[in-house]
Amino acid sequence: MSDPVISAKDLTVRYQIGHGLLTQKSYLNAVDGVTIEIDKGSFFGLVGESGSGKTTLGRALLKAAPISEGEVIYQDNQVRYDLRKLSKEQLKDYRKRAQLIFQDPYAALSPRMTVRDIIAEPLEVMGLTKTREETDTRVREIAASCRLNLEHLRRFPHAFSGGQRQRISIARALVSGPRFVVADESVAALDVSIQADVLNLLKSIQRDMGISFLFISHDLSVVAHVCDHVAVMYLGQLIETAPTRSLFARPRHPYTKALLSAIPSLDPDDRGNTEKLEGEIPSPTSPPPGCKFNTRCKFAQDRCRKEVPPLREMAPDHFTACHFAEEFDFTRAQDDAPGLETA
Amino acid sequence: MTAPLISVQDLTIRFKTDEGLITAVENVSFDLAPGEILGLVGESGSGKSVTAKALMQLNGGNTVYDPSSKIILNVPGEAPLDVLSLKREKDMIQVRGGAVSMIFQEPMASFAPAITVGDQMVEQLLLHSKMTAKEATDLSVEMLARVGIPDPAKRFKQYAFEFSGGMRQRAMIAMALSTKPKLLIADEPTTALDVTIQAQVIDLMTDLVSEFGMGILFITHDLGVIAQTADRVAVMYLGRHVETGPVREVIRNPAHPYTRGLIDALPKLEDLEAKLTPIPGDIPSPLNRPSGCVFHSRCSVAMEGPCQTLVPGFIEPVPGHEVACHLVEQELRKGAAE
Repeated sequence: MSDPVISAKDLTVRYQIGHGLLTQKSYLNAVDGVTIEIDKGSFFGLVGESGSGKTTLGRALLKAAPISEGEVIYQDNQVRYDLRKLSKEQLKDYRKRAQLIFQDPYAALSPRMTVRDIIAEPLEVMGLTKTREETDTRVREIAASCRLNLEHLRRFPHAFSGGQRQRISIARALVSGPRFVVADESVAALDVSIQADVLNLLKSIQRDMGISFLFISHDLSVVAHVCDHVAVMYLGQLIETAPTRSLFARPRHPYTKALLSAIPSLDPDDRGNTEKLEGEIPSPTSPPPGCKFNTRCKFAQDRCRKEVPPLREMAPDHFTACHFAEEFDFTRAQDDAPGLETA
Repeated sequence: MTAPLISVQDLTIRFKTDEGLITAVENVSFDLAPGEILGLVGESGSGKSVTAKALMQLNGGNTVYDPSSKIILNVPGEAPLDVLSLKREKDMIQVRGGAVSMIFQEPMASFAPAITVGDQMVEQLLLHSKMTAKEATDLSVEMLARVGIPDPAKRFKQYAFEFSGGMRQRAMIAMALSTKPKLLIADEPTTALDVTIQAQVIDLMTDLVSEFGMGILFITHDLGVIAQTADRVAVMYLGRHVETGPVREVIRNPAHPYTRGLIDALPKLEDLEAKLTPIPGDIPSPLNRPSGCVFHSRCSVAMEGPCQTLVPGFIEPVPGHEVACHLVEQELRKGAAE
């Protein structure tokens, strides 16, 4: 069953802050010991607040952020790469196999290139096609699967709406035939009416081309709808990872629960029933000791301030990093943890 | 029924551009009572922000308001004021930051980067009230504390870049409320924030309304946020109101195909299996506005004939719930005939 396209073990991305000459040299762990496996052909969701390290994790898996510690293995039917030990040639090849779709379709496309040139550029740079005809055929093929027509290819990006631009970005990312695609907040900048359209497109691509997606988003309701597996990040660490159904039916980490109840409900009579999470995400330069969520957790006990909770399997394939995960029952009817007093 | 705080009548806004006159807002009318939160929802390009800015005449120099447009501001105890008739910048001061305050979407872009947050708060207070600098400082620090900023005296002396996103938006709210405006315009105030912080800001705003009793025009593209905050909602598409009514009524029984489309496109946590249904097509360019009903080019139930040619008028299927749609009108007539 386990056939991961990406498997990371204890992955840490560390940045140096302060120069060390006059100021004290210090480090920031943007991603802190993350172990994650993304199965082939899966649509893997990664959620968290801003500053939780989700983008950095996505980039590290693409070898676009420094991997300071740990190991990342990429594997498809043809190759197996250890991302820390890639040769120059291998890195070039990896760029074809792993791609990124950006958040802002307005910033990601060059205003001076036609849509055809934008989509063709990766082919030319990577030397994937020999002749112009070959390039054109490939561009048309991929444009068609992203629902762009020939007319569109001649135009410049400014002539397109947000949804269409995002489809162009997707076509550009897919043109090199990647097996793994990181979609970083790819629908966050779109209107809801268009967002659904782009999500459906990504899903059909995953199904038809068998591409594995890492879908990074801050929007849990979107993730719930498109992903089959979800990981929740907080201050650089995974605090809960589970199959989507399991996670949404019964979140076991207080943070996941808080994120879920912060989503504004469409039911006007549901006002004020949500639990509010106090405070903000602490600075990653001075993370709290113990469980990193303890400063905002209303169930936090002494143990949470001292011991780092490991990820433990609470249900099949459902991992939670909380000392007291057994004691919570965050099903819809009940919000309290019977065994624990709220602090 | 108390007199509305602000009454917008037949507001039509056009922009002069190189390509010609562009219609951004067309025949929009609404009232807002004191203590009421009116939600304005729509996609980007629907004219929500342009409408809001018109209330303070903040649109650019190429703006043309149709002569029939009226924005009447009714501050209790003062004579009604037609905002659009004010021609000189000097006269605008009673409106901008005085009777009406605005919270913008991007708090980082709205604070001056090189002036401390405190100085900016004090500056506007000195401009709009007869306070001394000392009083203004005290009030500003107190307002920062009220919106839940820890250590307000220290924060008062800091710059916007030293604040986190949520804190900046709180400071923005504190600043907007310190002049005690009668009307607060909140333009996507939570869009740039994380859900957890968004929930905090929404709570804060609803608390403050009940305390200060001001009216809020709440602009957002997020129907969930509207459901949680607003009393009434107006749905906009391509510069027109297509549906208005009490929040419960509009969200539970959306009548306009566009409103229904917006709700169907929203991923819902209650039903993970539900298919996400996008509204087909893209919002048309304002340069070629569809004739007839502005939504007909994307409407799945558009009828041959009237939808393409006739602008639908408002009908009320339920008192207080207004919809501009030929189909709804037809069905209502049929129902009445039977």
